[in-house]
Amino acid sequence: MFRRATTLLRQPLMGATSRRFSTDLPAAPVEDSTFVEAWKKVSPNVEAPKTPLAYMKPRPATPTSLPSKLTVNFVLPYASELSAKEVDMVIVPATTGQMGVLPGHVATIAELKPGVLSVHEGNDVTKYFISSGFAFIHANSVADIIAVEAVPVDRIDVNLVQKGLQEFTQKLNSATTDLEKAEAQIGVDVHSALNSALTG
Amino acid sequence: MASAGGAAPFWRAAGMTYITYSNICANLVRNCLKEPFKAEAISREKVHFSLSKWVDGKPEKPTVRSEGADH
Repeated sequence: MFRRATTLLRQPLMGATSRRFSTDLPAAPVEDSTFVEAWKKVSPNVEAPKTPLAYMKPRPATPTSLPSKLTVNFVLPYASELSAKEVDMVIVPATTGQMGVLPGHVATIAELKPGVLSVHEGNDVTKYFISSGFAFIHANSVADIIAVEAVPVDRIDVNLVQKGLQEFTQKLNSATTDLEKAEAQIGVDVHSALNSALTG
Repeated sequence: MASAGGAAPFWRAAGMTYITYSNICANLVRNCLKEPFKAEAISREKVHFSLSKWVDGKPEKPTVRSEGADH
């Protein structure tokens, strides 16, 4: 009954073109070729205006061999901490644990938990404490890390952290509603992460 | 990451959105900074705006809000 099933399965479904993975995309184009051609047909003497695509920096292509450095863009809502900095490795505090990112890392999107981001460049390590955010690692060894608040670890006051930890542990014990419990839990998590950032 | 459609993080289960969670975390971190940085961070995040409701096509008296993170 299903003798023809294998032949049917081998043909692609209607309309499905062979879509490549985003891992093998070439560098982004710098101009919109279809627009330029259509413009030339209509008014060949006037030069085509630039489209927004032409103003954007093209996406670097995915290299075929492993690149030697990772390009990191670390941004905050009010400042750009690192912009296209070439480093050897970054360790991001993902919700699934500390994740080390080397050049050639598989494309990943990671949600970050409050913790320490360390940037390793040769023998220098710069550590930032991140409140929360996301890390996007692209196949072309570009890592975009976005956080709401990030401070170098030496700007954290240990006494305030201890006080906060005690306060929120108390709040967690005395919390009644779900929302209060969640807020107290967040407080405990953030302060314990701050604590381990100071000691670790 | 939590897949299979279940096991939402505890703040999501308690009805909080990610933005609220992220802002709470950021405020807690800002409150634990050493002195000159803490004052800078808190002043950076202050907002000042005026809000007026419109009723029957006319604006009512505006309320001016000038607050920090503790709204």
